[in-house]
Amino acid sequence: MTGRENRDMKIAIVGHVDHGKSTIIGRMLADTDSLPEGKLKRVRENCRRTSRPFEYAFLLDALKDEQSQGITIDSARIFFSTDKRQYTILDAPGHIEFLKNMVTGASNADAALLVIDADEGIKENSKRHGYLLSMLGIKQIAVIINKMDLVDYSRDVFNSIETDYREFLSDINIETDIFIPVSGLKGDNIVAPSPNMKWFDGMTVIDVLDSLDASLPETDKALRIPVQDVYKFTRDGDNRRIIAGKIETGIINVSDTLMFMPSGKKSTVKTIEYFNGDKGKIDRAGNSTGFTLTEQIYVKRGDIACRIDQDMPEISRRIKANIFWLDREPLEMEREYIIKLGTQKIPFTVESIEKVIDASDLSFTSKDRVERHDVAECILTLKKELAYDIIDNNQMTGRFVIVNNYEISGGGIIPEVISDRQSWVRDKVITRNEKWIISDITKKSRAGRYNQKASIVFISGEKGSGRKLTARNLEKMLFSQGKLVYYMGMGNVLYGVDADIKEQGIVKDKKEHLRRLGEIAYLMMDAGMIIIITALDLTSDEIELVQTVTESDNIFTVWMGDDITTDIEPDIRIPSADSKDSVEKIEGLLIEKGVIFDYN
Amino acid sequence: MNHLKKLENDSVYILREAYSNFKSLCMLWSIGKDSTVLLWLARKAFFGHVPFPLIHIDTGFKIPEMIEYRDRLTREWHLDMIYGQNKKALQNKETFPDGNATHLECCKKLKTEALRNTLSGDWPRYRFNHAADKYEIDSNKEPFTGVIAGVRSDEEGSRSKERYFSPRDVNNDWNIENQPPEFWNQFKTEFAPGTHVRIHPLLDWTETNIWEYIQSENIPVVSLYFDRGSGRRYRSLGCAPCTMPIDSTASNVEEVVAELKTGKLSRIAERAGREQDKEDGGGLEELRKDGYM
Ligand SMILES: Nc1nc2c(ncn2[C@@H]2O[C@H](COP(=O)(O)OP(=O)(O)O)[C@@H](O)[C@H]2O)c(=O)[nH]1
Repeated sequence: MTGRENRDMKIAIVGHVDHGKSTIIGRMLADTDSLPEGKLKRVRENCRRTSRPFEYAFLLDALKDEQSQGITIDSARIFFSTDKRQYTILDAPGHIEFLKNMVTGASNADAALLVIDADEGIKENSKRHGYLLSMLGIKQIAVIINKMDLVDYSRDVFNSIETDYREFLSDINIETDIFIPVSGLKGDNIVAPSPNMKWFDGMTVIDVLDSLDASLPETDKALRIPVQDVYKFTRDGDNRRIIAGKIETGIINVSDTLMFMPSGKKSTVKTIEYFNGDKGKIDRAGNSTGFTLTEQIYVKRGDIACRIDQDMPEISRRIKANIFWLDREPLEMEREYIIKLGTQKIPFTVESIEKVIDASDLSFTSKDRVERHDVAECILTLKKELAYDIIDNNQMTGRFVIVNNYEISGGGIIPEVISDRQSWVRDKVITRNEKWIISDITKKSRAGRYNQKASIVFISGEKGSGRKLTARNLEKMLFSQGKLVYYMGMGNVLYGVDADIKEQGIVKDKKEHLRRLGEIAYLMMDAGMIIIITALDLTSDEIELVQTVTESDNIFTVWMGDDITTDIEPDIRIPSADSKDSVEKIEGLLIEKGVIFDYN
Repeated sequence: MNHLKKLENDSVYILREAYSNFKSLCMLWSIGKDSTVLLWLARKAFFGHVPFPLIHIDTGFKIPEMIEYRDRLTREWHLDMIYGQNKKALQNKETFPDGNATHLECCKKLKTEALRNTLSGDWPRYRFNHAADKYEIDSNKEPFTGVIAGVRSDEEGSRSKERYFSPRDVNNDWNIENQPPEFWNQFKTEFAPGTHVRIHPLLDWTETNIWEYIQSENIPVVSLYFDRGSGRRYRSLGCAPCTMPIDSTASNVEEVVAELKTGKLSRIAERAGREQDKEDGGGLEELRKDGYM
């Protein structure tokens, strides 16, 4: 096998139904001598017996499924080789669910062949598929103008389709110079150059395939390792704490300083871990790696490991996205879905649908939902911070899928950064984390010592609903149970910490006030405490800000009084009539949420 | 990056995704070369550990060497080994070797049913107790919701329609017509209660890749794959009465790889020695829908 590339190449084949995909694949298999012995003959005979005209599609059906199941229904893999290398054709024959299968196949491809019928010309799906290929990030595309035998091998027909389709491709930012006139049926320009089209001096389909480059992992980009998990397998005295993930781009070295995004936590690579074989101090894009850190920081699935000496990803709770939708159920506003990007998994809602594009003609409309096979520009609001790159900077971390009802229902790419209300806070938080000095006493050991989870309890409500009294009573009760608890009265913050942003007893900059409050709470939570804070008319925006600062989900809200006057969804509500039991109610909440517990 | 390395890294990624997403996860180990490579990849993925149980369906007719090999590696690699069996069918002799069932009926009983009921926890699971050095009935009857299997797409027509993460519904059925899309390394890791997911890290591997990898990693495989003087060796392993060796003098991994590369075998189906496949053209499709691998 000398001289051959030691890697196979995956090729997607797409195009409008009946434009000749199966015929072209069949031809390639037959003319490269890749078929099992006698197969072609048997299928031809079978056709003669049943007096059906022979079709290469039957051959493929017979190959993929020894039984005659009629229609082939899924993206299937077909293997064949040339002198240069081995190919896997990812085929998804025509069917209603075609697009799902096409996306499944084509997303893994190094390159794609897009087939257009010379006689029928460009159809909706010729364009729709081209559009999807561009969204899927397939850069190498060869356009095959098939059935040239039906148009007398006419150069004019070929040229006019080429001109039109080239214009369409440039509208969607695909550049290709490869247009090949062929006849799949007769074999022109598939493997051998066609005697019928002497005017064409380009390469045959097979030569084009051999001329394409296999797409390689990008080692020259900034490091991105979406953390899959942190392993601690203790059997046989193994005490390594290994962070595992696939290096999507870049290179990692022992003693690199890493930052884990979106949290901004920092540590240094101690070792790169292997099993059987390699023992190296460096690992690169494409590899599923594992490494240990010098300082034990809290890293979890979903974080992206990045190098501090390189570009950092964006972080936001609000993103702009170009989405393609594959589900029968439309994508709608005000419903919750899940986004999966790298190993991050975050609930979101669609904030707005900017425009919906008809991929078959690039026209667009404004709609309040995205139907199956539509492409749309949307703004998404996420429940938590997402770390990502814009697609032009990094494909691997610039694209995501959407899960609806347990199913992957669509995909999307992130074309640009948009602002998000919390970004000013987040920058400060990242700098803080960068400089943070990590205690040798872990969160877990503090929690174990105090029998509690560090948390914030916000007691909010209308004026006169008894917030402060409840807070005091709750503090006393938890203290008497031996808990480490502190009621942080607003006055304690306003005149000291907020001295510079306060005028005549009123805070000028409410957001900055909340940020500082959050920072103090963060310190106390780091010490393992439960903090009680009272606040008038707390809004969900304000809670979100405190969440961003404290990077904690252990923030619980209690609303006192008969009416909720803001947009918050409190963990519990205590109407005025019940206020005498309020402390017990909050205690119940804290037990239910696992904030306070007792091992004894 | 060379092709085998790429396959290895992609499969390791899938195994790690499975491990992080499925609480009740297991891996099917048929003792054959594919699932043994899979087991090896798990050790790669988890740095020498295999953090989930391995399930073997013992039909009672396996070639004895297979069982010896299974238990040897179980001890050596500290595997969490479980086997399941259709004891009733064996007791009642409702099998092909006993002359009381066709190939396919026999497969259904001894493999399909045994597998389904072992995965669901309805039938006893026999788990290896390393301290006592023997199999014991497992007290854990929880159904497995993630099942890793060593399916390859070049192996058999129906298999090329698989996904890496392939859902099975409440009745264990595989809805081939309407499979979820799978792209950008994102898989179906969410599933409705009562359903489960089959995970196929080896989908992109070919038979040659498997042997080349066995060679490059020096993975121990059961010696039935090699000619030991008779001029015959097994290419695919199954039950003794229904699996035929092929004519070949390849007596070690190097020779098997060399033989595959001559293309001598490439036009003969890999499972041609497996009787149940012949009985009705696409028998496997049916068995697979039922949950047999
Ligand atoms: N005349 C002619 N017919 C073709 C050619 N290629 C395909 N066809 C026919 O067009 C029809 C659809 O082809 P097929 O390969 O099944 O299309 P697919 O749906 O894209 O896979 C079949 O009847 C083919 O025989 C060609 O180059 N010339």
